Amino acid sequence: MTAPPLGKDLVGLEDLSADQIRLILDTAEPFKEVSERPIKKVPALRGKTIVNLFFEASTRTRISFEFAEKRLSADTVNVAASGSSVQKGETLVDTARNLEAMRIDMVVIRHPSSGAAEFLGNRIRSNVINAGDGKHEHPTQGLLDLLTIRDKHGRIEGIKVCLVGDVLHSRVARSNIWGLLKLGAEVGVCGPDTLLPRGIEELGVCRFRRIEEAIEWADVLNVLRLQLERMEMGFIPSVREYYRVFGVTAERLEKAARPMTIMHPGPMNRGVEIDSRVADGPHSVILDQVTNGVAVRMAVLYLLAGGRPELADAAKGAGGPE
Amino acid sequence: MSRPDRTIILDARALSRALQRMAVEVLELAHGTDDLVLIGIQRRGVELAERIARLIEQDEGVVVPRGALDITLYRDDLETVGPKPVIGETRIPGALAGKHVVIVDDVLYTGRTVRAALDELADFGRPKRISLCVLVDRGGRELPIQPDIVGKQVKVNNGERVDVLVEELDGRDEVDLVRQGAPT
Repeated sequence: MTAPPLGKDLVGLEDLSADQIRLILDTAEPFKEVSERPIKKVPALRGKTIVNLFFEASTRTRISFEFAEKRLSADTVNVAASGSSVQKGETLVDTARNLEAMRIDMVVIRHPSSGAAEFLGNRIRSNVINAGDGKHEHPTQGLLDLLTIRDKHGRIEGIKVCLVGDVLHSRVARSNIWGLLKLGAEVGVCGPDTLLPRGIEELGVCRFRRIEEAIEWADVLNVLRLQLERMEMGFIPSVREYYRVFGVTAERLEKAARPMTIMHPGPMNRGVEIDSRVADGPHSVILDQVTNGVAVRMAVLYLLAGGRPELADAAKGAGGPE
Repeated sequence: MSRPDRTIILDARALSRALQRMAVEVLELAHGTDDLVLIGIQRRGVELAERIARLIEQDEGVVVPRGALDITLYRDDLETVGPKPVIGETRIPGALAGKHVVIVDDVLYTGRTVRAALDELADFGRPKRISLCVLVDRGGRELPIQPDIVGKQVKVNNGERVDVLVEELDGRDEVDLVRQGAPT
């Protein structure tokens, strides 16, 4: 049995069909079990070289990708922008071409500019995986959020998911919205007007002005990180006021008609966008998201890793697998 | 287009008799059920392992641990396959150290699947013994691997293949010899 192809790169969920997204989620299921084995490693990507090219700080995503790569037996190299030739003024394409000249197979890239992953994917032969590009997308985060919702609720179709907070600047929000809508979820957003993109209703997303309304409507709250520099930039008056008006608190959730699944992409600002009692509460799946992140990234790496169909034909003549 | 050409090698009753005989042979080989673990290879090996385990349970009155193994990630031709194969469930019942593991599969052909299964099992622990039990041995080995228990030996000519059908997945129990080009 074979699966439909995924293409060379993973740039965003906007470019994927519902079937392709489901394929990644279904492929992630068996990879969850690999991380529970006594020897957490399978030889699927043996001999592949993967470069993690991080032009922006990241702990969780970089480590999660690195675990995923290592558990598939790939060889990995980490390149950070600081302390590399990037600081000396080398362009993105030159950096990548130099890496390619050393015969690599895949690049995982995080970059502060929207569109950087696609730009790179169009210029090098290696597979490119977007690990977050500016305000554009963070597709593997979107996928792990989808997988976590599916685990918790048994399906995605018809589930009401509300993204809370700084939707405007969030690539996580964008990947979530595309993925959720494609798989038939209902999507809402809630936050201060200054942090919600204008015209977002045109995508079929509901807009909630008050967090209480969002809580009454939703099955799942995906609480986004509030970057503290947003205050200096004038998007919110103060962190304390934000917490008072939009904070996801235990008191607010108690009034909900049903238990609410709580998600957060991390890193959390406790007492700013989320109450500690909620983050650590019984309905929080925040650490499940982190566990699923490794499985989803293994699935993406496995599905993208360059198969060589021309060799498959030769193998068929010689018997092939039974 | 040529007409589909299927010859029945084992019908439901013959398949059932073969499994009963295999269950007895597994018991003899493992000297009872004390350390026995049956591991079926995805997909049809899993169903066959389940059947053999149930037959042993009926005779012996004890539960036989059984599991499932998907060897996709250990294939030696993963590099060459275009679209990636869908991966099935791997479920190992407890620690394998000191156990007698019997691998169960539907068809033994090149031996490459069994090679992958041996590598994968080694990553789960160190059984005291691993044996191989297959419903059909169709010859054509490309590796030095031989079965311990065989339901049926089949001679397969060029351009033919063996299809194993099981009730749980295919709606009926049957083993067919199929001329290549015939629909699956």
